[in-house]
Amino acid sequence: MRPFEFQRAASESEAIAAAAAGARYLAGGTTLVDLMREEVETPEKIVDINRLPLNYIRATDEAIVIGALARMSEVAANQDVRRLQPLIPETLTEGASPQLRNVASIGGNLLQRVRCPYFRMLDAACNKRVPGSGCSAIDGLNAGHAILGSSEHCVATHPSDLAVSLVALGATLSLKGPRGERTIPVEELFRLPESTPHLEHTLEPGELIVEVHVPNGPYARKARYLKVRDRSSYEFALVSAAAALHVENGIIKEVRIAAGGVGTRPWRMNAVEQALVGKPAARASYEIAAAVSTEETRPLSHNGFKVKLLPATIVRALEMAGDVA
Amino acid sequence: MTTAIGKSLSRIDGRLKVTGQATYAAEFNQEGQAHAVIVGSTVGLGRIEAIDSAAVEKMPGVVAVISHLNAQRLAYNEHRGPIDPPAGERLHVLQGTEIRFFGEPVAIVVAETLDQAEHAANALKVTYSARQPQVDAHAGERVIPAVARRPGARAEADVARGDADKALETAAVKVEAEYVIARENHNPMEPHATIAAWNGDRLTLWSKSQFVANEQAEIAAIFGIPPENVQVNCPFIGGAFGTSLRTWPHVTLAALAARHVNRPVKLVLTRKQMFFATGHRPYTLQRIALGAQPDGKLISIAHEGAGETSRYEEFMEALTSVTSFMYSCPNVRTSYRLIPLDASTPTYMRGPGEASGIHALECAVDELAYKLQMDPIDLRRINEPQIDEGRQVPFSSRSMLKCYDLGAERFGWSRRTPEPGSMRDGRLLIGYGMANASYPCLFAPANARVRLLPDGTVEVEAAASDMGPGTYTSMSQVAAEYLGIPVERIRFSLGRSDFPATPPHGGSMTMASVGSAIRAACLDLQAKAAVLAAKGGGNAGLAGQSPEALEWRDGMLFVKGRSDRGVTYADLVSYGGESPLVGEGTAARDAETGQKYSMHSFGAVFAEVAIDPDVKTIKVRRALGAYGVGRVVNPKLATSQCIGGMIGGIGMAIMERTVLDRRNGRPINAHMADYLVPVNLDTPHIEAHFVDEEDTIVNPLGVKGLGEIALVGMSAAVSNAIHHATGRRVHELPIMIENLL
Amino acid sequence: MSRREALQATAGAVAFAALPLPAQAADSAATPVPPTQTLPLEVTVNGRVHQLAVDPRLSVLDMLRERLSLTGTKKGCNQGACGACTVLIDGQRVNACLALAVMHDGAKITTIEGVAEGETLHPLQVAFIEHDAFQCGYCTSGQIMSGLGCISEGHASSAEEISYWMSGNICRCGAYPGIVAAVAQAAKEDRT
Repeated sequence: MRPFEFQRAASESEAIAAAAAGARYLAGGTTLVDLMREEVETPEKIVDINRLPLNYIRATDEAIVIGALARMSEVAANQDVRRLQPLIPETLTEGASPQLRNVASIGGNLLQRVRCPYFRMLDAACNKRVPGSGCSAIDGLNAGHAILGSSEHCVATHPSDLAVSLVALGATLSLKGPRGERTIPVEELFRLPESTPHLEHTLEPGELIVEVHVPNGPYARKARYLKVRDRSSYEFALVSAAAALHVENGIIKEVRIAAGGVGTRPWRMNAVEQALVGKPAARASYEIAAAVSTEETRPLSHNGFKVKLLPATIVRALEMAGDVA
Repeated sequence: MTTAIGKSLSRIDGRLKVTGQATYAAEFNQEGQAHAVIVGSTVGLGRIEAIDSAAVEKMPGVVAVISHLNAQRLAYNEHRGPIDPPAGERLHVLQGTEIRFFGEPVAIVVAETLDQAEHAANALKVTYSARQPQVDAHAGERVIPAVARRPGARAEADVARGDADKALETAAVKVEAEYVIARENHNPMEPHATIAAWNGDRLTLWSKSQFVANEQAEIAAIFGIPPENVQVNCPFIGGAFGTSLRTWPHVTLAALAARHVNRPVKLVLTRKQMFFATGHRPYTLQRIALGAQPDGKLISIAHEGAGETSRYEEFMEALTSVTSFMYSCPNVRTSYRLIPLDASTPTYMRGPGEASGIHALECAVDELAYKLQMDPIDLRRINEPQIDEGRQVPFSSRSMLKCYDLGAERFGWSRRTPEPGSMRDGRLLIGYGMANASYPCLFAPANARVRLLPDGTVEVEAAASDMGPGTYTSMSQVAAEYLGIPVERIRFSLGRSDFPATPPHGGSMTMASVGSAIRAACLDLQAKAAVLAAKGGGNAGLAGQSPEALEWRDGMLFVKGRSDRGVTYADLVSYGGESPLVGEGTAARDAETGQKYSMHSFGAVFAEVAIDPDVKTIKVRRALGAYGVGRVVNPKLATSQCIGGMIGGIGMAIMERTVLDRRNGRPINAHMADYLVPVNLDTPHIEAHFVDEEDTIVNPLGVKGLGEIALVGMSAAVSNAIHHATGRRVHELPIMIENLL
Repeated sequence: MSRREALQATAGAVAFAALPLPAQAADSAATPVPPTQTLPLEVTVNGRVHQLAVDPRLSVLDMLRERLSLTGTKKGCNQGACGACTVLIDGQRVNACLALAVMHDGAKITTIEGVAEGETLHPLQVAFIEHDAFQCGYCTSGQIMSGLGCISEGHASSAEEISYWMSGNICRCGAYPGIVAAVAQAAKEDRT
């Protein structure tokens, strides 16, 4: 790990000022400390924000509001969240391990960095780590990589499970920065790699995620997260899907679907959703609609299986959501 | 008699392990110790062109940067331990510029703290000229192992009886298939670690090793110093599964660095570095052809196997050996080849050879059963041999049929409906599969010492190891058994190179060899005690009796047939003579027994899988092994060992693979999150059973060994179960979701 | 494409010229780095207060093992991927390898050395021995600390639940059935 200067922020303004001057925010540290040890991340300054008063969860009739420093385990265990937004606890407990979830913050979870092995290896070319150095994965081993949203510069998938469900649920983020406050949809936090894969999100320098708003949509309670992986726990997704259904008299009124493990960012499945509205909430509809999910996929040399796994995962997630009473 | 053998005692070292007091190699911190970190090559083949250490040497805390430019020239004297490959020469580290594989050590950085050393190691600038390494086993040349080419070689590359190819042509029913098994890394929880401290020309190593006696000899040979100048200590091993049998380059580097900086040095491999140069289960390619009569009788077996090795050493394992004796068949042909790659040398990994070879054989037998429309167990019963037909000698014992009976009954094999895809649990596709398992009863000469102390307790010493099977406990039971005293009064110590020498802690031979030596030492002690009693046991009426007239019962010595008066061990010590009273024992197997008998453990393993019909996740829901392993010294620990082995087999079946980037030989998933091993939630309902088996031939204890066989066969049982559930034969391991879509 | 090809990247048109070290690593040696900071730290470990001066890079794990001679907490991967380093920080189970010591100024840390009360083992430790919930013992400290967390979180009501909530602790020896049984037993005793 490269030596760095450590500072503990006592207030949001102090933290934002430090970050605006080049310091990296440190919350749970489960991504950042790990990557600093590998020297993939080499910040000169760290500002520890763990003591800021951003660890809260509030429930209203309209939304669940989660402070950015709430820990994954706290959110997953919160009774209001479990009652109003069951997709979130299910998604969170499928991610990481209990120990990591006790530490990892909600804000940090959204900003975790990719699991592409070449990104983590200092001696391999990686445009995300060293812009312009090339992408080792495109001609290398890419079974775990993206089939959606990739570019000739980067094909790494976004690793967060939570982001997938938040995108499905239409959540928004409150941000605070040197230039004030703003709100953006979670979906707009993530950038496509295009020719600048080192730029992963749309936060401005020094901008801090303050809280997450998850609207209590009519589909929120009939929602499931399915994470498909080769071992039953403690592994990132091969493919995952969040599915949320609003069904009336057996007919789908509204549906939200997003997928993980397939895209360079959490991937909202708009076309699949459109194909489902007005259709019976039944497997036959799911299968027809899920087939649409692969239309824009661009598999690499080793991840072609994801093109088959994606619709299967969506069908099954929809079926699971449909089974929720 | 206390009959300590056969008791399900809890681990004697349990308290140390649950309180964090069991101390592993990296935890013997020394006064003034510095931390060393290895810098590994970032090319897979080539040369070091330059190492610029000037900037790094100035970094805070850095004590030294050691590379071929300034490293001590090491003697690397001839030494080939029993766990070293039979041909080739071990890697010489920091002695030149040649790079043979990705990650090969090119330098060591020594600093005051680990953080400083790690950062400095990352910063070291090394330039290489690189060539294209060849790491694809499929494209590699297959060669006959050098030791098999030598005249009068003991290892044979090609073995045949009858004419398997001709018989196959005439066979009514045939199966032919090729099997590919991925490279695996042991990934024990404890990383390789060595603390080295010199005192003049004497070296002490606290080093993770399954074979301290060999580590002593190897390091002495490398440094050109007498073996007695090297002391190796390793009281606990945090799992190894074969990866700590050999003395790998990091041990040399730790000692070299300690000498270079003239202070103790601690060197612990990172998890990533554990994928570079500490061995692995070789990538294997196999082809099996089976021919049978319509009634299921096998008339032809051909088994061709090849495994990767490095360019500088020929690692060999018993990939095809089992095929010659597992079934009765008049025409059998096996061949074994090596595929040299620009990679580091593989090594033994739990169930070495057998785990891979039996996988292929047992998957093929299952395929044959389907072609014959026979139950897979019935097919195996029909082909059960009476003797080892390969060597034409009897088995010392073989309980295969009993294993089928017990295993099938406990597993509920009769519930199985043979049609693939015919069993369901709700949506899930259910499959049952089974396979045979086998592993040889290895044995190597071993020594032990027992010491009777005046307080009546007994110290037992052997240079053995305990990587988890429970050596501390089971050896104490052996000593208690043969001394007739309670286990609580035995104190067994191991893991020191100055203790009586023992063979490697691997190959399922520890109990057979070391246990037999301890038994011999106990008997020696008893004989000496009897002599002493005859001299001085006046109070107990033993004086003047010949030793033959005396007998041991319940830890006391009596005149034969009398139980009114006796003496204890403590009494004996008080009669004078040496104190403590020492017994020494050696165990060896006479060569004739090995020639007259075929000695192997056998088992039948079963698996039930549940497969999601949509997303194809594979869950092993139940696993069961029924084993014939001779006498079981501690059923509780033996059961744990077998369960652990079966879980390892599940990993091999559906998760484990080390993947190399063909462009430069880089292991791409050298990370615990990317090299998947089973987690708690992957564990099935799992049972291990032992059939009653008495083997008076293998060794005086009648134990056949069970650490290795426990992993063997499970991958085939799971593969066969996956076929039963889905109708798909996947001929590659691991079988993952992507294979079933 | 065959499976085998999917496992190994084809050697494409890649230049095999001398690979310079990556820019980052080289830079970190060449560019001036901030002088190593030393920060004061107070932590209470197993009830004992320690005042230390630490490099901000120091992990809680290395602090325990290298500075405080508490080697019961194990380093398995140093990457948050195995659970061997699990300790309780302010009552919560966490991976000590990914926690910087400076993040935990003022914290109360419990390690395996602080679980027994004197000579009396904690019921979970007893259960681990009884159920033979370990072989090599290297993951055991982490398993026990994680088990304590699992029980106190209320995630130990069934074998299946325990298995799910203990999956952040890898046991390569495969002692999982014993671990589940031991946690279940201790949880039951905890409730009664």
